[in-house]
Amino acid sequence: MKVMHLKERKDLQFCALLRNTGYLSKRKITSMKLVSILREPVEQFGEYVIDATRRMGNYTLMVVQFLGWMWRPPYRWRLLLQQMEFVGVQSLSIIMLTTLFSGMIAALQGSYVAYLFNAQGMVGSAVALGTTREGAPVLCALMIVGRCGSAMAAELGTMRVTEQIDALESMAVNPIQYLVVPRVMATLIMLPILTVIGDIVAIFGSWIVMVRMQGVDSGIFFENIRWFIDPLDIYMGLIKALAFGFALSTIGCFQGFTTTGGAKGVGNATTRSVVVASVAILVMDYFLGQILHMLEMNVFEVL
Amino acid sequence: MTTESTYISNLEPYGETPVLSVRNISKRFGSQVVLDDVSFDVPEGKITFVLGPSGTGKSVLLKIIIGLLQPDAGRVLIDSYDIPSLSSHQLNEVRKDFGVLFQNGALFDSLNVLENVAFPLVEHAKMAKGDIADRVEKKLAQVGLSGVEKKYPSELSGGMRKRAALARAIVLDPRIIFYDEPTTGLDPLMVEQVDELIKSTNIAQQTTSLVISHDIPALMEIADYGAILFEGSMVAFGTPAELLENPDPFVQKFLRKGLGEHV
Repeated sequence: MKVMHLKERKDLQFCALLRNTGYLSKRKITSMKLVSILREPVEQFGEYVIDATRRMGNYTLMVVQFLGWMWRPPYRWRLLLQQMEFVGVQSLSIIMLTTLFSGMIAALQGSYVAYLFNAQGMVGSAVALGTTREGAPVLCALMIVGRCGSAMAAELGTMRVTEQIDALESMAVNPIQYLVVPRVMATLIMLPILTVIGDIVAIFGSWIVMVRMQGVDSGIFFENIRWFIDPLDIYMGLIKALAFGFALSTIGCFQGFTTTGGAKGVGNATTRSVVVASVAILVMDYFLGQILHMLEMNVFEVL
Repeated sequence: MTTESTYISNLEPYGETPVLSVRNISKRFGSQVVLDDVSFDVPEGKITFVLGPSGTGKSVLLKIIIGLLQPDAGRVLIDSYDIPSLSSHQLNEVRKDFGVLFQNGALFDSLNVLENVAFPLVEHAKMAKGDIADRVEKKLAQVGLSGVEKKYPSELSGGMRKRAALARAIVLDPRIIFYDEPTTGLDPLMVEQVDELIKSTNIAQQTTSLVISHDIPALMEIADYGAILFEGSMVAFGTPAELLENPDPFVQKFLRKGLGEHV
């Protein structure tokens, strides 16, 4: 049974008193009861909206600070290289593994449909098109969210609750420049590179399924890809990778930076960074896809 | 509320020179008033304790003094600067004169002791690597922590972490050292060692020390002055002996209780 809020209970007792004394009509009493019952959820919703607006504002402020500090010396090359190694090199095996199997499964599923039209030779080009424009940027970004965005939130969150970020500030070092700039820059550099590697590995995966397992001619497979894929498709994937990289790293850093409440707070920040960044990537993917498609049409019209 | 023009310095009876002045600082979080019109001066070259029960706003006061939090009202004056109104660039320049020992040390997990202590030097002092290593070695020896340069914070005991953090706080020879609850969570022997370390550092470095604490025995043993905060307000200031004679019932209870537990 729902435990009644103290205020709500007092309101209802007050209504009963008014009704018994005949001070108010039954209709008015009912409307007062309704207000009393609705008060708590409305208040909670209001608090949620205020908190979400505040967090959005703080996130925007952090992004603005990042954009200001990224140009200013001292340039922390060692930290940047460390983060590039963490985001890029250490993620390489997981990116290759996931894109290989996603390319293989896309080819396998595509081949069932292609078989109906006797167009197995086109499967490789369909996979390549889907991978370069959508598959690799989204899949790589989601893998980096899980592997690196969460780690950024956890690391910075731990630094926040153990006063290490306060210590940085007290030593006259700007924490945005020292902690956020290397992480975001490293993700901006490495995610497009991982996406290109993901493109190649996914196409290789579809080649294994179509050429080695289903007997499609290797020459036809590659010729169709060459005929279908335009450099614009690859650029579109890279633009998406840049946007996803910016979103996932700034969200991870922001969640870490605003952590409160010890170990539980760090856990919450880590979870929130993964959820918010994953949702942001999928939402951005649709809108970026729409915008880039419109731009692509304009380019074709000009040509 | 005491206006700044009518404020009579708490140091006037002692003939001390203030190095840092806190004026009418107020701070609230939501509806909770944490600091209410707090004013006091910190004397140069002395150890001043700010004491009070838990949750009375001591750490918030320290964070406002070092510019980590903005007060709702009031000023923190050092030289001609008002810390809450400085730009981040100006604040960083002023902070180079500060050394801060945080409650749990706040050493960087990813750096070893040598790198932690060397951090302010690498950031702010244009020194050769060899000179930095020499300075770090000297400061670690000063706090009695030689031979642990290659260890990481997770490999150190609580007391060792505090010493390493103190070495980092004093490595730039700051004018003022701030200590946030330096003895909280330490065993009695370690508390005594840390207190001695604060005293010896103050003498060796010839600096001003501001210690946020609720350690009454330490106040009696090493402090030159003490200020007592209660429910966000400054209720007493004076030498330890004067504080013991203070007629305020809360001050009496707080000090006697703390000393009684000590005995």
